Amino acid sequence: MKEEFKVISELIDEKSRVLDVGCGDGILMEYLSKNKVVDVRGLEISKEKVKKCLSNGLAVVEGDAEYDLKQFPDLSFDYVILSQTLQAFMSPENVIKDLLRVGKKVIVTIPNFGHWKVRLDLLFKGEMPITKNLPYEWYNTPNLHMCTIQDFYNFCNNKGINIFKTISLNGQKTSKITSSNLKFKNLISELGIFLLEK
Amino acid sequence: MSNFDKMKSLIIQQSLKLDCGKEISNFPLAYETYGNLNEKKDNAILIFHALTGDQFASDINPVTNKEGWWNYAVGPGKAFDTEKFFVICANVIGGCMGSYGPGTIDPVTNKPIGTNFPVITINDMVNAQYKLLDHFKIEKLFAVAGGSMGGMQVLQFVSNFPNKAKVALPIACTASHSAQNIAFNELGRQAIMSDINWKNGLYDGKTFNPDKGLAVARMAAHITYLSKKGLQEKFGRNLQERSDLKFGFDADFQIESYLRYQGSVFVDRFDANSYLYITRAMDYFDLTKQYGGNLSRAFKDSKTKFFIISFTSDWLYPTSENKDIVIALNAIGSDVGFVEIKTDKGHDSFLLDVPDFLSTIKNYLNTTYLNIDERRI
Repeated sequence: MKEEFKVISELIDEKSRVLDVGCGDGILMEYLSKNKVVDVRGLEISKEKVKKCLSNGLAVVEGDAEYDLKQFPDLSFDYVILSQTLQAFMSPENVIKDLLRVGKKVIVTIPNFGHWKVRLDLLFKGEMPITKNLPYEWYNTPNLHMCTIQDFYNFCNNKGINIFKTISLNGQKTSKITSSNLKFKNLISELGIFLLEK
Repeated sequence: MSNFDKMKSLIIQQSLKLDCGKEISNFPLAYETYGNLNEKKDNAILIFHALTGDQFASDINPVTNKEGWWNYAVGPGKAFDTEKFFVICANVIGGCMGSYGPGTIDPVTNKPIGTNFPVITINDMVNAQYKLLDHFKIEKLFAVAGGSMGGMQVLQFVSNFPNKAKVALPIACTASHSAQNIAFNELGRQAIMSDINWKNGLYDGKTFNPDKGLAVARMAAHITYLSKKGLQEKFGRNLQERSDLKFGFDADFQIESYLRYQGSVFVDRFDANSYLYITRAMDYFDLTKQYGGNLSRAFKDSKTKFFIISFTSDWLYPTSENKDIVIALNAIGSDVGFVEIKTDKGHDSFLLDVPDFLSTIKNYLNTTYLNIDERRI
């Protein structure tokens, strides 16, 4: 399983209610329901992936987070997870708002556009960067709103969103991000994992 | 018909209070089963049929000698795997395959009950079929499932008996019959009632039958079960066994001939009054209204795990109406899965060989059967 999912599952308390937004094949959902005995639901936009999840008996609903999060009542989940999807929305700001409405806590992971490889690509090649986490060409990328760990950090501060914990993921290596090492972590992290509360 | 005698039938002795206010008792409910009930009695699936279905979901229907209506889905190794599950399917009351209906012979007059039969509802159908659980001494069903009107019965079943099924599969259905669907049903009923042989519903069923009206009702309904694209691809403007138009009103086009055929074979197996009663039951179905305008309340006492399926080309019970059920369930934190299957086959998709649909159900049921008890918190 992806290192990212291990980090996410460590942030989640046992026996809680979890919504995985953009749950994909349901790998994280399966891991959580087996290892954390959580009651987990999924929302996924791809029919193929929804069918896969349902074939495994997972409670996954086909839908688009930008429209379909509305159907979930306020604070109906202990945790809402959004893994590497925020950048693909038309309005990331509204999605975050909805996530914070539906979940008591929200876990957001961000492919970091501030990673040094990304910066070098643009600086030296003068081309849009292509990396492991950002494998698309500029003309076919689903990623409409790329941001850096620093950007998302600033966004939360500006919007009055509480950041409980920020974790940097670089390859298999995890480390804590604090306000004092933020500039550096923004350079070396491939992924930023945020635990948020309204 | 001698084959009718061989049908399994449960005589329901107790009185059943119908929504219309009347009570019925000591009436037959014809059913069929597939597979075996295991010792723990935890592998039973109750399947509800749609408007023109019956209890013969699989194998060969002994009355029509044709394949059962859900033969693609029910059987050994199929979506509802009868090597694992014990599948029960009953003919709804109001139907015409052995259950109590307008075609039942009144012992006093020795004639069909006809329109003296009480108007029944989806709720009445479900309450009658619930008696099958007692009959088989099943404490809790593994699943209830059905498409179209069968799906409506699934929804009604879970709201009436919140903890009698672990899994519910409402397919291509709605919680509240739409104006458009009422309109189509009314069209069918008018076709039947304007047939001179209908005789206010008191035709004798032997020399006189409103076959013409029933055939037209079936033809009109059949169009609503298909999609425009499906029709176009299958028939287009192809001509029926002729090279040119004949400048008359015979069936020039293949689609005309096809519809005429569908109408003509339907009247051999279906009773016109049953068609009136069952379409009426569908029209009256409004689970949302039953629960004061809040559909969530229909399911609030239930721990049943839902799996809802709709089809992209189904314009009779469109995805949006299926999604309303999903939304109502999500609003109360129910365990619900939902997928819209991509197909050109229209509303009929649930009856047809749509591999994506069938394999997803099969895997969902098999996995859930193994995990359902341990997954509960």
